[in-house]
Order: sequence, then C-alpha cells, then structure tokens
Amino acid sequence: MSKFTKKKKGLPGISTASLPDIVFMLLFFFMVSTTMRQTDLMIKKPSLPTASEVKKLEHKSLVSTIYIGKSKDSRIEGDKIQVNDKIIDVKDVISFILSERAQRKEEEVKYMTTSIKADKNANVGTILDIKEQLRDINALKVSFSTTKGTDFSKNYQ
Amino acid sequence: MARRENSEINAGSMADIAFLLLIFFLVTTTMDVDSGIARKLPEKTDETPKVTIKEKNILDIVINRNNQLLVENENAKVQDIKKLAMDFIDNGGGLSQPKDGQPGQPCDYCNGAKDPKSSDHPSKAIISLTSSRGTTYGMYISVQNEIEMAYNELRNRLSLKLYNRSYKDLLKDYKDDPSEALKAKLDNLKDKYPQIITEPEPIK
Repeated sequence: MSKFTKKKKGLPGISTASLPDIVFMLLFFFMVSTTMRQTDLMIKKPSLPTASEVKKLEHKSLVSTIYIGKSKDSRIEGDKIQVNDKIIDVKDVISFILSERAQRKEEEVKYMTTSIKADKNANVGTILDIKEQLRDINALKVSFSTTKGTDFSKNYQ
Repeated sequence: MARRENSEINAGSMADIAFLLLIFFLVTTTMDVDSGIARKLPEKTDETPKVTIKEKNILDIVINRNNQLLVENENAKVQDIKKLAMDFIDNGGGLSQPKDGQPGQPCDYCNGAKDPKSSDHPSKAIISLTSSRGTTYGMYISVQNEIEMAYNELRNRLSLKLYNRSYKDLLKDYKDDPSEALKAKLDNLKDKYPQIITEPEPIK
C-alpha cells in the first residue's frame, strides 16, 4: 500500500522564480523616472525660500534654469549667477537664453520658461537685474523656484 | 562521446544583475519636481503710455534693505499683507474701468467695505511692490506669495459662489480635461480679479 506511506515532508522553499520579475519592474520604474543631474553646482547649493501658492513647472525640456547663490569660497562676497556649468555675469543672461532658444524648435520658444533658483539670502537687486535682462529679449515667463510649505518664518530673519 | 544535451542557460544570476542595475538607478534618481511662483514679466515698450491712476487705486508696498515692510506708509508684518491686499482689491468703492465702449460698472461681486478712500474696482486695483536692492530674496518671495494668496482666495470665493467649485479644483479639472467651458470659467474668474502687480525701480 504505497499510496498511504507517508511522504517525507520537508519545509518547501519559497520560490524565487518571480524575484527577477519584481526586480525588473522596480528597475524599469526607476529607469523611467530618473533624471540625471545635468549641472554641477559651482556655487553653494541655494536654499530655496518657502511658498505656499506654487505651481508645478510643466514641460521640463522647455525650462532653462538660472542659479543664484553665494560662491563656495566664503571669502568671495556677493551673489554669483550660474547657468549650465559656468558662472556668468548678469549681462550674459541674454546670450544664455538665446543659446537655449537656439536648441529648441521655433514654435516651442514661446512656451519656454526661465526658472530662477535663488538662495533666500540673495539680494533682490540681482534678481531684478536678471528680470530686466529677460525683459529685454522677451523671455517673459518666469518661475521663482521655491519649496512648497506653509512655514515662512525661515524666509526672512 | 555522448552528445551533450542542449542545457538551459542558468537564470539564477539574472536577479543579481537586475538588482545591481536597480541600485544604480535608485542612487542616481532625483525626483524633485520643480515648482515655484509663476510670474509673467511685463513687455518692454519704447514709449510709456501716459495714464493717470488715482492714488487710492494703488496699494503701495515697500520693503527696505533691512527687510522691513511699509504698506501705505504704515508698518506692517508679512502675515498682514494678505488681508490688507484682499481688503484693498475687494473694496469695490467705485466704478470699473470702461470696457468696449461701455461705461464703468460698480462691482457687484465684491464683498468689501465700499470705502471711497480705497480702490474703486478689482480691475483698477494695482498693487505696487517696491523693494530695495538689498532686500533678501526670501523676504521678496514671501511678500509675492502673500499677494498671490490674496488673489487666489478672492478668486476662490467667487468661484465657490458662481460655480460651487473651488478655484483650485477648477484649475485641476482644466488640467485633466482642457475643455472650452472650463476655460471660459477660469477666464471669467481671472477677468473679475485680474492680477495687476507693478514693480517700480528699486530704491537704492
């Protein structure tokens, strides 16, 4: 009566056959959502101010970013402006925007936005100078980059 | 010699390879969504049109280099600006700007105090933000944020009254489904409370 002989029962191992599938799924998710950091900051990382009435920036490919902050070298005073991988003068903002425009299609130019990522301790004078430059070449869409939040007390001290 | 059976490729290490890639992408991922306060700069024109604006239609906000605030020549705190701006915009003490040949209308949707010393109509109410070159950016953004809040709250109030839906929800709906009807609603709200912010030359 071999039918009734008890089989030796061991603990069945957990099948790991589906592990690669799960991992691949995660992998694809991260691959798709990854954006490689294009710019190395040469200035101190700007600590953005906080605001509550923020709008998300759409069409990432149409955004050109201008960084404003202090130099990494603490002996150097004043605000520095960085675009792409170099520190520039206020006057060069125009040529930066023009070169950004040249890379886009003509019909997309009017949707281009300039995102200003400035440190909360930067001077408004610098920002206003840049705004004036942007007005000169009709780059009128501007977004002041902020972190979303409701605690504004750290914005000004 | 016995012919070798076509053996299957061992897939056991597949998971390891995938893990390696996964960890790489995990580390390099930055999921920052860029968000900020959107502003449209005024176009530059050669000739400046001469317009006369009554003093009462301007809310004058000044920030000095020590981040101190003056609103209509009185000391104020950042938190107060929203209320001051809302009272000012929503006052509705007079007639609107004459539009398309029609004479000005009184503001029938304003809930303000109808103070004759404050603004006439939301379409005439101008907020002037003068900052010093030495003002810090954080302060400047806070004030801009408060002004934005004031406009958003007013539009929200009107939106709830007219369409039973908050302004934010309408914006979200429009993003999900950009239809003409929604756009007309949003344009109507924006038209009722237009954002008129002017930034004069900074004080040196």
